[in-house]
Order: sequence, then structure tokens, then C-alpha cells
Amino acid sequence: MANLTLIQAVNDGLKAAMRDDPTTLVFGEDVGPKGGVFLATEGLTAEFGEERCFDTPLSEDGIIGTAIGMAANGLRPIAEIQFQDFIFPAFDQIVSEAAKLRYRSGGQYTAPMVIRTPYGGGIRGGLYHSQSGEAYFSHTPGLKVVIPSTPHDAKGLLIAAINDPDPVLFMEPKALYRSVKGEVPEGSYTVELSTLRTVREGKDVTVFCYGAMVPVVERAAATAAESGIECNIVDLRTLMPLDEEGVLEAAKSTGRVVTVHEAPRFCGYGAEISAMIAENVIEYMEAPIRRVTGFDTPFPNTLEHHYLPDERRVLDAIEAVHSF
Amino acid sequence: MSDSLQILAADGTLVGERPALDDSALHDLFEHMLRVRCLDERMLKLQRAGRVGFVGTVLGSEAAAIGSASALAREDWLWSGLREGGAAVMRGLPLSEYVAQMYCNANDTAKGRQMCNHFQHKGSHYPSWSSVIGTQMPHAVGAAFASQSRGEKAVHAVYFGDGATSSNGFHSGMNFAGTWKLPVVFVCVDNGWAISVPSGNQTEGEYEDKGIAYGIPAMKIDGNDVLACRQAMADATERARAGEGPSLLVLKTYRMLGHSSSDDPTKYRSEEEVQSWREKDPIDRFEIWLTQEGVLSEGERKTMEVELTEEIDNAIHEQESAPPMALKTLVEDVYEDVPTHLKRQYNAFASVAERYGSATVGDGAFPL
Ligand SMILES: Cc1ncc(C[n+]2csc(CCOP(=O)(O)OP(=O)(O)O)c2C)c(N)n1
Ligand SMILES: [Mg+2]
Repeated sequence: MANLTLIQAVNDGLKAAMRDDPTTLVFGEDVGPKGGVFLATEGLTAEFGEERCFDTPLSEDGIIGTAIGMAANGLRPIAEIQFQDFIFPAFDQIVSEAAKLRYRSGGQYTAPMVIRTPYGGGIRGGLYHSQSGEAYFSHTPGLKVVIPSTPHDAKGLLIAAINDPDPVLFMEPKALYRSVKGEVPEGSYTVELSTLRTVREGKDVTVFCYGAMVPVVERAAATAAESGIECNIVDLRTLMPLDEEGVLEAAKSTGRVVTVHEAPRFCGYGAEISAMIAENVIEYMEAPIRRVTGFDTPFPNTLEHHYLPDERRVLDAIEAVHSF
Repeated sequence: MSDSLQILAADGTLVGERPALDDSALHDLFEHMLRVRCLDERMLKLQRAGRVGFVGTVLGSEAAAIGSASALAREDWLWSGLREGGAAVMRGLPLSEYVAQMYCNANDTAKGRQMCNHFQHKGSHYPSWSSVIGTQMPHAVGAAFASQSRGEKAVHAVYFGDGATSSNGFHSGMNFAGTWKLPVVFVCVDNGWAISVPSGNQTEGEYEDKGIAYGIPAMKIDGNDVLACRQAMADATERARAGEGPSLLVLKTYRMLGHSSSDDPTKYRSEEEVQSWREKDPIDRFEIWLTQEGVLSEGERKTMEVELTEEIDNAIHEQESAPPMALKTLVEDVYEDVPTHLKRQYNAFASVAERYGSATVGDGAFPL
């Protein structure tokens, strides 16, 4: 076991996967000698050579398009998109191609690949270095969407994503890169995709969250506990395909639900959770479901701390559903 | 591969045609370049002091930005990338607005919404760059279409880096401009690097050869030679105004510092390479020639630097006390009018603040 930050765990996971599987390779912008702008790929070129970790020309479309071809022809590409905000030039390749290759070929051709990308706010990056794009991609059948929130999960889920036979978008909460630390096993291990993580058990209010919102929710829950409200915090970890049964069970267990994400509200991931609960277990609900989200605006710059859901806003929602 | 246009050699000797500029115009050109250098140095100090979050300098490439843009007419447009803020100042962006943008405060015309170093100035037709590499190129082409459709003479100059030539926007922009024969000047500022990727790794070809594929005349220029940069832009805009269509200028220069204030370039490039470019400094070489010509007096640069820094410091001083953006701007400018759902979201947010106090600023820092 080593005590690692989330970014170190990603780095460790990449190394473990690359040691295990000679067909894996890492590429993207500035991932080589610089080691990535966040240092996720530090040391990879030194250890695995320029053939397996290299910089590309500045084209996300090219990065993802070529990754699809590599994947279709026996390699395991792990492509980095420097910020999720810059994934949109590759949207076509992801949505039209990677996500649909298996389906349109009747399973004859597939694209087992991972797209790693930092997402979310909190670094004063303004509207083009802060967005959370999980809703666009969870809405894309054929693509898996994974978001870790702890160093342990970051490494285990990343290796599981790399081993997975389908294309996985691996979204890394950049706000947590260096702010969370935790025990991470040495060598290879996986955390199964499409499984939930219970962060905290509680009988009063269930809070669904993922990524950078998990520690925010934990702090709110700790404050709520001081006034006797016990929260059941569920880290979704894999947004697509989601463990729906697990979500419904967790919702039923308290009858009071809050969802939290920093992405905009309208058609956001919280809406899906809410609809799922309403369709299946509404008879267990003691209060209307509350969503805590970013605003339906572009991501601000100087005012980002007002935009991002924080402990106050989560607590407000927890108290509201509790006292309903 | 073609030779590059040069008028002033690195040692300050005139090797080309003397520009048709009088002494005071030459002096102005020098002052504009020096102001940008002083601005960059001052902004870096502010960044180190924690006053601004991010600085993307043009240090070492002042000739490329200032020389080329100095040949644009008032009615022309400058579609910018990260490093053309100094050209905006030359074209009329007040220093106070420049600094307000760096502070992202309430005086910033973009309402503090963009990261630092994303300037705009409507008065001189200078839209801000989004941050997404390459997207501004088709914009310039469409805007040139609009200017032409109204019978106006405006030329649209669009600036971008060597890295940006790999983007989709470069290729669709060049293709459309060539096909439609529009008054656009594509200005590729090849500063040797796209963050940590050397410009030789973006393409196997030569940047100026990319014009051929689109039927666009292209030219390589010594980007540290202010007179060559100016001349090339003057020729390209003349062509464009005469209805002869777009041009591609490749200004070969060097990014002397990191990609931005948070990048450490020693991880990926050698000091020898940097030193070799230090010897080609665009301001030093212009100074030598201007001094020989008697346009600058001995030691005048020092005095000018002091004055320019004072001018910048005054602007900084003025902006230090400006308030941050008002909270209600959170939901403004998404649409022309604030729609009902955003009013509702804002009210809910305000009521949380009433009950629990206001949000606290986080401590996240920009990595690049
Ligand atoms: C579409 C997109 N991908 C990645 C980035 C991250 N990024 C910002 S600047 C940059 C390099 C730009 O290099 P170049 O075009 O040469 O311009 P320079 O910074 O050298 O002026 C990169 C990769 C981005 N802003 N947009
Ligand atoms: Mg460059």
C-alpha cells in the first residue's frame, strides 16, 4: 500500500496497466516529456519508450480517430484529452464512431479504448477549462462513462476501464487531483465497473453524487449529522452503464433523495436519477427529490465558487428533504 | 522550403528595403514593442505575487505581433489567439482595460468571465479568443464574407500558433477562404512550441507549404524582424483589398518563456536553444538599427522603459481597487434576456446565501 494523491494513483494505474499489457499505449497533447499538464503521465515515456507514450499533433479529432483505428486493430489505446472542454473537436469521433462501431458491425469490429480527461471546476480556469460533460456522453449508447473520486478507485477503475472490451470515457475530477490522498494497493487490481460505492451509511437521506462532489457531500453530511440527520452517501462511480438496482435500493432505504453534480441542471445526470426513482420506487418517497447542480449557464471564472455546489447548498437540500 | 523574408538581420543591419516610414512612425513602432515587453514583465510579477492567475506572454515575439498588426488599417479586424493582447493595445485597447481583463474585475468588458489573457476590444475590431485552439479561423473567414458582402474594404487578419495548424479550424478556415477568395490574412505565429510539443512535430511539411493545398499564396517571414513582419502584412492586406483573396503568413519566432506562467519549459527544451534565440531578440535588433539611424538616442530605451512601466503601474493602481463582478452577472448574458428558469435558479442561490452565508473562494490554481 502506498499513500497517493488521486493524480499519483492515475499515474500508478497507467504504469500498472502498461506493464501488464504490451498492447497498451498512451498518447495525447503534452503527455510525453512534459508528463501531461497535470503530470498524470509523468515518467511513462522514460519507462515505456516513445513508442508507447508519445505526444500528438494538436488535434483531438485526430487523437480519438486514430485511437479508434488502433483499437479496432489489436492495440489498447489510452488517449488523453488535455481538458474535457477540448473534447468537442473529437465529439464526432466519439459519438458517431467509437460508440457505434460494435453495433454497426454486428460485433465484428470493436473499439476497446480509454479516453482519459480531466473535468470540472475549482482551478480558476474559466469557461473553457472547467466544464463537466458527463451528460453528453452518458447520453451516448455504446460508450461507458466512469468518474472516480478516491485514489483507490481512480487506479482500480482505470485498470478496469483499460481491460474493458468497450470504449470508456474516464473523467478525472481535476479539483481532487492533489486535494485527496488515500491508500492505494501496489501492482494491478481492478474496481469493477458499474458498481456503486457507499461512502457513508445513514438512514435519513440518500445523497447520490460522483467525482469532485463526493468530498463536498461528505462535509455537508458531517454537518447534517450534528443536527441528527444521518445521510447515506452513494458515489455512483460508473455513470454508464449505471447500477440501477443499487440506486433504487439506496433510494428506498431512506425515502428521501438528493442528487449533486456540478454540471448544469437541465438534462443533467441528476434528472436521470430522479426520473428512475420516480418511475420505479415513487411509493417509497417521503419527500420530493432535490437536485443540487451548477447553474444552467456557461461556467464562470471569477465567480466559480458561487457556481459550484458547495457544502451550504448541499446541506440546504438535505435539510429540505429531511424536514419535508 | 523557401527562404524567409528578412529586412533587418539579427545583428541589426538592414538587409532589405528600408520601409516607407518616417522617423516618428518608426519610433512609435519601437515604443509599441517595448510597451508589450514591459507589460509582460509587469504581469509576470503580478502573477508571482498572486495578483493575477495566469499570464501567457508574447515575450520574444513582439515583432511578430506588433510588426504585422501595425500594417492593419483601422477598419480591419484582428482575430486573436493567446498572445496578441499587445497588438490590441497598439490598436486602441486602453491599458486600464487590459489590466482589468487580467484582474477579471468589474471593469473588465467581458465581466470577468474569461481567464486572464483573453482580451477583447470592440472599438478596434478585436474579438477575444475562446481558448479552444483553432476555432477563430473559420470565424474570421465568415466575418470577411460579411464585410465583402457589404462592399466594405475591411481585411480580416487571424492569428494562431504552430500548434493550431493541426486543428480542424485551420483546415476548414483555409479551405473556405481559398474557395471563396475572401479578404483574410492567416497569420501563423510559429514560436517553436505548442506547450511542450516542438513545432517540427506538428507536421512533416513546412508551414508555408500548407497554403499550396488550398490555393492560398503563403510566405515565410523572419518573425523577429519587425520590418519584415510589417511588410508582409502590408502586402497581404493590399492583395486582399484588391480582391485577390487570402494569404498565409508564417512568422518564424520563438516562445522565450514557458507556455504560460505555470509551465516549466526546462522539462522539455534545452537552454542552448533558448540562448540561440535570445541572440535574435526582436527589440534589441530594432534598437540597434534605430540608434544607427538616429531615431533613438543613446540610452533612450532605458528612459522609455521607465516611462512605460510607470504608465502600466498607473493602470494597475487604478484597477487594484476595482470590485469583483456582481453576483447577479452569474445568470446574465447567457441569452439576451434572463429566462425564467435562470431567475429561479438565481433566487434559490440567493436564499441559500441568506441562510448560510456566502460561498467561500477555493484555493485551486491553474496548472498551465
Ligand atoms: C482544442 C484545444 N486543445 C488543447 C488546448 C490546450 N492548449 C492550450 S494552448 C496549447 C498549445 C498551443 O500551441 P500554439 O498553437 O503553437 O500556440 P502558442 O501557445 O505557442 O502561442 C494547447 C495544447 C486548447 N486550448 N484547445
Ligand atoms: Mg506555438
